[in-house]
Amino acid sequence: MATTDVVDKPPRTDASPPGGTRRRLDLRERPQLWLVPTVFVVVVLAWEYGTQLLEVDAYVLPRPSQIVEALQRQLGDPQFWSHLWVTSQEALLGFVIGVGAAVLLGTFISQIKVVEATLMPYIVAFQTVPKVALAPLFVLWFGFGLTSKVVMAAVISFFPMLVNVIEGLRAADADRIQMLTVFGASKTQIFRMVRLPSALPFIFAGLDIGIVFAILGAVVGEFIGAKEGLGYLLLQTNYNFDIAGMFAVLVVLSVMGLLAHFVIRLLQRRLAFWAEETKVIGA
Amino acid sequence: MRMAIKAMGRRMQQPAAVSEDSWIEVVGLDKRYQPRRSAPTQALSDINLTVRRGEFVSVVGPSGCGKTTLLKILAGLSPKTDGAVRIAGREVTKPLPEVGMVFQAPTLLPWRTIFDNIMVPAEIQKLDRDKHRERAQQLLELVGLTGFERKYPHELSGGMQQRAGICRALVHDPAVLLMDEPFGALDAMTREYMNVELLRIWRESGQTVVLVTHSIPEAVFLSDRVVVLSPRPGRIAEIVPIELERPRELSVMSSDRAGVYVDRIRSHFNAAGVID
Repeated sequence: MATTDVVDKPPRTDASPPGGTRRRLDLRERPQLWLVPTVFVVVVLAWEYGTQLLEVDAYVLPRPSQIVEALQRQLGDPQFWSHLWVTSQEALLGFVIGVGAAVLLGTFISQIKVVEATLMPYIVAFQTVPKVALAPLFVLWFGFGLTSKVVMAAVISFFPMLVNVIEGLRAADADRIQMLTVFGASKTQIFRMVRLPSALPFIFAGLDIGIVFAILGAVVGEFIGAKEGLGYLLLQTNYNFDIAGMFAVLVVLSVMGLLAHFVIRLLQRRLAFWAEETKVIGA
Repeated sequence: MRMAIKAMGRRMQQPAAVSEDSWIEVVGLDKRYQPRRSAPTQALSDINLTVRRGEFVSVVGPSGCGKTTLLKILAGLSPKTDGAVRIAGREVTKPLPEVGMVFQAPTLLPWRTIFDNIMVPAEIQKLDRDKHRERAQQLLELVGLTGFERKYPHELSGGMQQRAGICRALVHDPAVLLMDEPFGALDAMTREYMNVELLRIWRESGQTVVLVTHSIPEAVFLSDRVVVLSPRPGRIAEIVPIELERPRELSVMSSDRAGVYVDRIRSHFNAAGVID
C-alpha cells in the first residue's frame, strides 16, 4: 500500500509539514477524508450485489445501478425538470417568506419584554403542533396550486427560525453591551453593533434547518394535492411501481437539500466567520 | 511629545469655571444597594476625592470594598445614592462622552477588525471620521500595533487585545480615562510589561487616569496618588501620594522608597484583617 511509508514515519512534531507531504499527513489526521467515500462505495456495492444474491425484487428494493438508470432517464426528460422547477420555486418562496417573517417577528418580540413574555407560551405551544398535519388544511384553504405549498413551506421553516432569532438576540454578551453603553451608545446602536451580529450564528443555524424544512414542506404539500412537482412525481412513480424512479427522485431531493445546505454554510463562513474561529481559538 | 496625539483639541466646550485642579470631583458620595426584601447594603460611604487634570490615581482595596462600584459611578453606569460626582465640570448622571474606559477583559467585538474596534467610540458619538481615523492610526502606533489594523481580535494575543482596548478608550480624546483592573487577566510578565507601556502611553497622551487594581505594587508603580479603600462599606482609609521620580522604570519597584509605600498601603489591609 502506498500509505505504509507514512505510517512508518516518526510521530509528527509541532512544526508544520512541508508542502509535499501535506496531503498524506492530512489523510492520517482526518481519516474521514477516505473513510466517508469508502463507506459509500462499500454500501453501494453490498446493496448492488446483496440484492442480486438474495434475489430481492426490483419492485421492493431496486439495485443502485437501476436507480442510476432511472435517474438518467428522468434527467433526460424535460417534464422532470419542470417538476423540479416547481418544487424549487415552492420551497424557495416559502423559505424566504417563512424565514423573513420569523426574523421580523423575532426581532420585534425580543425588543419588548412584555410582548416576549406574553407570546412565548403561544410560540412554544405552536411549535409542538406537527406542522405537517396542517397540509390538508392548507390545500383546502389555498387550493391545489403553488400557494398551498408555499404556505406549507413557510409555516414549517418559520418556527425553527423564530426560536433561533429570539435566542440569538438574547445571546448578546452583557460585557459588550456595557462597553457600548459607556461610550454612549443608544439602544438602536447597541442593537446594530452588538445584538444583531451576536445573533448571526443563530440566524444561520435557523436558515440551515429552515431550508431543509421548506423542501420537506413543499413535498408534503404536493403529496396532499398537486398536479406537478417532485412530491407529485414521487406519488406517480409509486403508483406505477416504478420504484427505481422513486428512488431517483429521492436522490434529487437529497441533492437539493445538500446544495442548499452548502450555500448557507458558505454564506455563514463569509458573514459569521468569527463564530467558528472563536470556537476553535477560545473555549 | 505629548502633542502629536493631543493636537486635535478637545471637542466639547468646558464651562469656564472648571479648574484643572478639580478635573474629577467626588463629594460626599454614598452608594447603597437596596435588594428586594432584605436590608440595604452600604457599598460606598462618604467618598471625597478630587483629581487634578493629567493626574494618575489608583484605587486599591480588598475584594468587595466597592472600588469597581466607584468606577462604575464615574462611568455613569451605576446611579449614586447620595453626593455629587463631576467630571470636567459636568455632573455624571449617565455615561459621558468625555470618558473613556478600559475593561478587565479587552471586550473587543470579534466581527470587527482591530481598526474598526478602535473606531467604535467615534462611530457611536458620530465624530468626524477622517480626523479620528488619523488619530486611531496614531494610537495604534503609540501602543505598537501598527500593521495589525486589518486583523481580527482572535488573531492577537491577550496583551495585544488589551492594548487595542486602550486605543479604543482614547480614540475620542476623552477628558478622563477609567481603567477597571485592566491587566488582571494577563500573566505576570505581560502585566509588568503592560504597566511600563501604560506609563509611556499616559505620558504621551496626557490623559487623566483613574485605575482600579487589587495589586498594591502596580498601584504604587503607576500612580501619582493611591486611594486606599477600607472593606465594606468602602470608605477612604488613606490617600497616599507616591513621590517617586518620573519617568519610572520597573527597577524603581525594588527601591526602599517604593517598598515603604507598598508596606504602608498593605498595613491598612492587615489592620482590617484582610490580606490581599
